Amino acid sequence: MHTALPALVALAFCAAPLPLLLQRYGRGYAALASALVMASCLALLAPLVMPVMGGATLLTSFAWLPEWGLTLSLRLDGLGLMFSLLILGIGLLVTLYAYYYLDRHDKLGRFYTLLLLFMAAMLGVVLSENLLLLVVFWELTSLASFLLISYKQESYESRLSGRIALTVTGGGGLALFAGVLLLGHITGSYELSVVLAAGEQIRAHALYAPMLILVLLGVFTKSAQFPFHFWLPMAMAAPTPVSAYLHSATMVKAGVFLLARLYPALAGSELWFWLVSGTGAITLLYAAYLAFYRYDFKGLLAYSTISHLGLITLLFGLDTPLSVVAAVFHIINHAIFKASLFMAAGIVDHECGTRDMRRVNGLFKFMPITATLAIVAAGSMAGVPLLNGFLSKEMFFAETVGHPVFDEMSWLLPAFATLAGILAVAYSSRFIHDVFFNGDPVNLPRKPHEPPRWMRAPVEVLVAMCLLVGIFPQWSIAPILHAAAGAVLQQPLPDFHLAVWHGFNAPFMMSLLALAGGIALYAMRHRLYALYDRLPSIHASIVFERAHEKLVAAARSLLARLDNGSLQRYLALFIAFVLALGGWAWWTASAAVLPVVTQAPDAASLIALGMLAVAATGVVRLHHQRLIAVVLTSVIGLIVALTFVRFSAPDLALTQLSVEVVTIVLMLLALYYLPPTTPAEDSMPRLVRDALLALAAGIGLGAAAYAMLTSPFDTLSGYYLTQSLPGGGGSNVVNVILVDFRGFDTLGEITVLAMVGLAAHALLDQLVLKQPMRDGDGRAWASERHPLFLQMLMRPLLPLALMVSVYIFLRGHNLPGGGFVAGLVTGVALILQYLASGIGFASARLPQRLPLFLAAGLACAGGVGVAAWAFGFPFLTSTHGHVTLPLIGDIELASAMVFDLGVYLVVVSVVLMVLAELGKLSVNPEGAR
Amino acid sequence: MEAIIAIAIGLLTACGVFLLLRARTFPLILGLTLLSYAVNLFLFASGRLRMDAPPLIRDGASYTDPLPQALVLTAIVIGFGMTAYLVMLALRALSESGDDHVDAKEKP
Repeated sequence: MHTALPALVALAFCAAPLPLLLQRYGRGYAALASALVMASCLALLAPLVMPVMGGATLLTSFAWLPEWGLTLSLRLDGLGLMFSLLILGIGLLVTLYAYYYLDRHDKLGRFYTLLLLFMAAMLGVVLSENLLLLVVFWELTSLASFLLISYKQESYESRLSGRIALTVTGGGGLALFAGVLLLGHITGSYELSVVLAAGEQIRAHALYAPMLILVLLGVFTKSAQFPFHFWLPMAMAAPTPVSAYLHSATMVKAGVFLLARLYPALAGSELWFWLVSGTGAITLLYAAYLAFYRYDFKGLLAYSTISHLGLITLLFGLDTPLSVVAAVFHIINHAIFKASLFMAAGIVDHECGTRDMRRVNGLFKFMPITATLAIVAAGSMAGVPLLNGFLSKEMFFAETVGHPVFDEMSWLLPAFATLAGILAVAYSSRFIHDVFFNGDPVNLPRKPHEPPRWMRAPVEVLVAMCLLVGIFPQWSIAPILHAAAGAVLQQPLPDFHLAVWHGFNAPFMMSLLALAGGIALYAMRHRLYALYDRLPSIHASIVFERAHEKLVAAARSLLARLDNGSLQRYLALFIAFVLALGGWAWWTASAAVLPVVTQAPDAASLIALGMLAVAATGVVRLHHQRLIAVVLTSVIGLIVALTFVRFSAPDLALTQLSVEVVTIVLMLLALYYLPPTTPAEDSMPRLVRDALLALAAGIGLGAAAYAMLTSPFDTLSGYYLTQSLPGGGGSNVVNVILVDFRGFDTLGEITVLAMVGLAAHALLDQLVLKQPMRDGDGRAWASERHPLFLQMLMRPLLPLALMVSVYIFLRGHNLPGGGFVAGLVTGVALILQYLASGIGFASARLPQRLPLFLAAGLACAGGVGVAAWAFGFPFLTSTHGHVTLPLIGDIELASAMVFDLGVYLVVVSVVLMVLAELGKLSVNPEGAR
Repeated sequence: MEAIIAIAIGLLTACGVFLLLRARTFPLILGLTLLSYAVNLFLFASGRLRMDAPPLIRDGASYTDPLPQALVLTAIVIGFGMTAYLVMLALRALSESGDDHVDAKEKP
């Protein structure tokens, strides 16, 4: 276990907000914080360098979601070390550079925080041992780079570029995720150690091709390979320090890093060769060609980056041990010279105020030191001897000569490589000559001069490294290159020797040819530009943006058609869908013919059905006249209650009856405010549609009910019937089920009810509704608001009603009744006081804080449940015993009664809260209803 | 007898669904009430129709199925809660939009 690795990643993430917190003390503190974090990471890494250089692989692992194969495991080997050093080293230089580059008024906190966040994610990518973890960090780099690219939030171009970069790289990340899942499926593990050792098994698997394509999609989008290259030139809208960091050394290298990381597992097949080397070759040449024609020197560098990434990809695709070494070498070299070039370009941009090479000319006179640095770095980019770019390019040339796949056409690959070299020399010459020589500056916004001393320092460091590696490769770069390449190949390295001079061999001739050809190409540039301008230009970014806009427009129009905001329509669609599901189930069910047992109908039932039919159709027919519809609805409720009475359900009948009263009062109160009639506004087609839906629903549910009623019957209620008395201490089985056997259900139910009570407060408190002065027929409301007769009658009725409810409550455990019914009866009795004597009278005499009673009720019911814990029983276990009281007689006392009391309190308070809130609406300035 | 209950359930469902699909809040509340009746009856009927057999334990009696009854009892009370909530919502919507149409937009 090496705690230094997790500490490293954790430190990077946790310290990321520091610059944001420190920026108020000055922008210098933000920069300092960023530099300190990076330096601390380097310090943590330092003790691990020696063992890793010696060939060790450090692993550390914590279980995270082990059942899903997700462990928090990190790995440090040569490749990871090389990348970590690049990320942290160039990060430090960029921190220094950005301090001078960015606007003086920028507080820098946000910039450095995002930079650290990106750095942390990038470290996570290169240090992950678990592939799923790697994907998570991978997507984090996409997110962080999105925020960095669109750093200038006020600019549309910045936001657009950021969005395109995010779409392309984030989308690629999703493909990579799928590929990694397949890889895990193939090998049975997401740990790199297992995956890397399973190369044979992976290549032989049937899913190898789709898995490889998905992983490569992730790689190619991230490393801006053709045809996904277009996001990178657009991302040049980012501040130059971001480009120097993300678009030369780190973010875009994540793709090729993954090629290196998974090389032993994925490479070694024909598919790999053609896909990877093919894509790399096209990108190498196409981007180099485009780079030559840029006017914007930062754009030139961007295309050159794409081209070099293509070169690295091509090297991995060539799939020989030495080509892999060359690829790793070029990753380092490109990071060094391209970061310095971007920074130099940033200085020029900063000093001149433009990046157009038609105006930026002859700067050598104005800034000779910067110019010299940039010229050396560009020479490295072109592959000039004695510079680091030359070494890896020569290795590339050497690998193309005599590659085993092209035996007949063995000249093809070297010729191609030389052509790419010629183009690289041409665009590098253009960068050097156009910017620093080629006459005088044209109409620059400000007079250029050398930048501040410390702004140039990072460039100096990097260019020094170009020279160091270029002249003394064996001494400077060889150890880390050996460690990294060894970690990539996972096998002993081939014999190779880094040196500037290998003799007059084929690669050297190719280098000379490239240099001469490139300069010649640049010399005839004017004719080439004229030719280029006549060619039709296709900008992938514009194609992408058009496709994106079309997609958004299509989605919008689809949504507008589906989601037009009409609840009425949604409900119709929903009902139709449910009907279709029901119909489908009906259609596909096996038709078993069972013996049908029915009871003969009797006259009373037929009469009840007739009344129900009249009332129900009446409601539909007369629903425009709302008062009549309410009255008819109450008739239906009564018939339903009678049905319960008839079929042995006294509890249900009582509940239905009392709920009916409360509901009707509620509806009548609502009708006072709502319009008294419903306008006849529905079109005929809609009426027909709704009638058909209703008919289908009715026939469906009726048929289902008939099928159910006539099929054989088996129930699990035997348990409840036998256990009700001995287990629950009550003979009313329904009540015992409610408060005891299934008390948890009931607890949930009264909680829902309590929420309705609170909703009354939330919805109706402080609500002001217009008071109608007349009823639907234009008659004024009666001025006699509270008839004396009703008032006088109701007052003595209250104690009587309360007594009845207590009686119903107490007997509930053994006879029909219980907390629900008692609560409703109490509620009705109190409502009657409201109705008879007015809101003012009743409110003054009733408890003001109804929610308190609500809470007490819930506490009672819940408390009984919790109390059971105290005695070591599960939640809501009940107990009971008998007590004989004088006058009243034998009383069953069960803990379930406390529960029922809770139910009672909740029901009463909810009924009162709802009706009182509704009643309050009608308190007009005169204080009377 | 079974047919009568089935017809009643079907009838209440059809009327309820038709009212649910109206454009104004009040018929919708009525429709939901009717649909609740239908569903409650349906649930109740799943315990089959037995006369003079209430689930009250006493000597020598036979009982109908108590479980659907317990379920329906809670369903009735929850149905009341839902109706109450809808009524309040309708009033709130009336005050916000000045109209009782279900698709009414908030007043500007």
